[in-house]
Amino acid sequence: MRGRPLLYTSYEQDQAIFPTPTQRVILFLFVAFLILIPLQVVPGLTDLGEDKWLNVFDRAMIFCIGALGLTLLTGLAGQVSLGHAFFMAVGAYTAVVLGGQGTASLWGLGLPIWIWLPAAGLVPALIGVMVAPSAVRVRGLYLAFVTLGLVFIGEHLFRTMGFITGGPGLGRDWPRLALTVWRGDEPLIDFSTPGTWLGFELGARAKAFYLLLVLLIIFALVTKNLSRARTGRAFMAIRDRDIAAEIMGVAEARYKLIAFAFSSFFAGISGALLAAFSGILVPEAWNLFLSVQMIAIILIGGASVVSGAILGSIFLIGLPQIVEDLTRIMVDQVNEGGPLKPLADLFITQGADFGFISLDPNGPGLSVFQLNIVLYGLLIILFLMFEPLGLYGIWIRIRNYFKTWPFTY
Amino acid sequence: MTGHFVVLAQTATELEKLSSTLIAGLGQGAIYALLALGFVIIFKATQVINFAHGALAALGAYLVVYFAVTLNFPGRFLSQVPDLVQWSVSALIGVLGAALVGLLIELLFIRPMIGEPLFSVAIITLGIDAILRTITNDLIGTGIRNLDAPFGDNLLEDVFLWGNVIVPHSQIATILAAVVLLFLTALFFRTRTGTAMRATAFDQESAMAQGISVGKVFALAWMIGASLAAVAGVFVAMPPRGAGATVTTALVALRAFPVIVIGGLDSVVGAVVAGFGVGLVEVLAAIYLLPYSDTLGVGFSTIIPWLLMLAVLLIRPHGIFGTEEIRRV
Repeated sequence: MRGRPLLYTSYEQDQAIFPTPTQRVILFLFVAFLILIPLQVVPGLTDLGEDKWLNVFDRAMIFCIGALGLTLLTGLAGQVSLGHAFFMAVGAYTAVVLGGQGTASLWGLGLPIWIWLPAAGLVPALIGVMVAPSAVRVRGLYLAFVTLGLVFIGEHLFRTMGFITGGPGLGRDWPRLALTVWRGDEPLIDFSTPGTWLGFELGARAKAFYLLLVLLIIFALVTKNLSRARTGRAFMAIRDRDIAAEIMGVAEARYKLIAFAFSSFFAGISGALLAAFSGILVPEAWNLFLSVQMIAIILIGGASVVSGAILGSIFLIGLPQIVEDLTRIMVDQVNEGGPLKPLADLFITQGADFGFISLDPNGPGLSVFQLNIVLYGLLIILFLMFEPLGLYGIWIRIRNYFKTWPFTY
Repeated sequence: MTGHFVVLAQTATELEKLSSTLIAGLGQGAIYALLALGFVIIFKATQVINFAHGALAALGAYLVVYFAVTLNFPGRFLSQVPDLVQWSVSALIGVLGAALVGLLIELLFIRPMIGEPLFSVAIITLGIDAILRTITNDLIGTGIRNLDAPFGDNLLEDVFLWGNVIVPHSQIATILAAVVLLFLTALFFRTRTGTAMRATAFDQESAMAQGISVGKVFALAWMIGASLAAVAGVFVAMPPRGAGATVTTALVALRAFPVIVIGGLDSVVGAVVAGFGVGLVEVLAAIYLLPYSDTLGVGFSTIIPWLLMLAVLLIRPHGIFGTEEIRRV
């Protein structure tokens, strides 16, 4: 009987955060794997510790924090939001006003990270609370348009408010990821310069990796706990049928408010981290595409589960790097005539011949960047059409296959 | 971004300034009305929010450039007919090309999703938008692709003068084309096929029970929607709104979305009224708020549709002409 999936002998077991031993083992292995990556000590995995892949992991973790917010709002509470990019931007600009360096034309107080990072979540959360009442009045697809409107009105504001954002096309310096006691002090822990920790030589990205990992684990636990508690169940009741939820005594307005507040908090933190990590971001970067990326992450990973957001962000943020690497391999094949040359010829275009990927920006065919956008679109479509549960759904199917093996069900 | 271009003579009086602005507003409104009408036709027939509408508009503009300018087809075989006819035939082929793409989208992506949640289908169109917009932008390239329309490429010469009020020919063409197309659509709804469409929009199952092929109605709705978007795209890419098809042509639809919501997602009348209304307000604001652009920011007029939308939704959550959703447990 022990370890039989979906067989719970006590209520506590049913309500546990990780009910089965399999889940606990997988979680332990996954976290251990992540901790070991930047140390480059595991043979065979040292490549993943390179700056190139650490960059992917760091960005994936930042996007994952934002995606967890969308998991709560869209996945659990069923409120379609295209405005995630707006809340991320509000978080980032709160961070830069509090933590950035001020000049004659730019606002910035230079406060330490333990002030600007929480504030970067709280200010968007406040705005989320202000938006939430309209979600009670304006429902379904109309709400999608309201949140879409936030992105465009936000874009105009960020272009106009040059004293905060640095102006269109320019941007400004973002606060550094370093823990200081007060402004001007020497950093206690610096996540933005290379150095040695416990005898390991670590680059800036490796150090940021650990900071982000800790933050991601905190936010993932918060999401997981919220979703299995009263709040999460209320969210799901509203998602499945709002009137029915109200009749059963779920305070719709209150829970929509909570959903918007949490989701915006997560988005704000994610935006601030993204800006601080990237170092430079122009006001135009907080656009509809960023919102679509967030939606793509939760849809492809699997909406409404924490592991879906994690799988989705690793997959979608890793995709451009994989495409770039594949392109480089193909180009080598074309130029040097390897065994894959015919296939590579089909994909790569160098002059006027047919191909999907163009090396010449003005030639026919797509650039690597454009190809990535097309792949995003294609993946969203294919997952929604054939696997609405996302990568998580694929995992469930594989798991069920082995769980019931040798029987088919 | 497409700016609002209103030619004003130095000596224009207030009344003349207002007249020029109103005509420019009607032109902008005509474009919004075309986009909104196509969107609403698709939404009513298939219950799909088409986020790819802007991509279809840009694709239409590109296809017209391709047939009318790059290929000069069929113009090269018809040297004796006037330029206007040659260009219009090429433009028609371009618009039909966009309709074909609309049909393909419906057959490949929308038809298999019948019965799925509306949200999923809406997000699928977001994915289609990403693909279609990227490919169209790659085809257009980094430059400006002039449409070479036989009316109104030159803003200084191809104009009607009426006192100090300067009316570009292309502005008249835009308004005329929109009015003709809106009228034709209204007539179309009176035909047998149009009635089938209205029946499907009213109730899909009963329409099916009456022997109406709902699949054909879906396909037709997407073709009409895509062609209206393409026509709008062509006029966006024409002076006085732009010098030609560029990578920003698709963005006009992003300002047409609030127009659709203001009119009500499922109202044809609402789409047309809100289209002209928002166009007028936007251009009036662009001209008369120009002195305040230090505080409001450059390009403030481009977010006016969105601000109007938020205001309307707070008062009427289903748009001005939209039907109220009946909620059942």
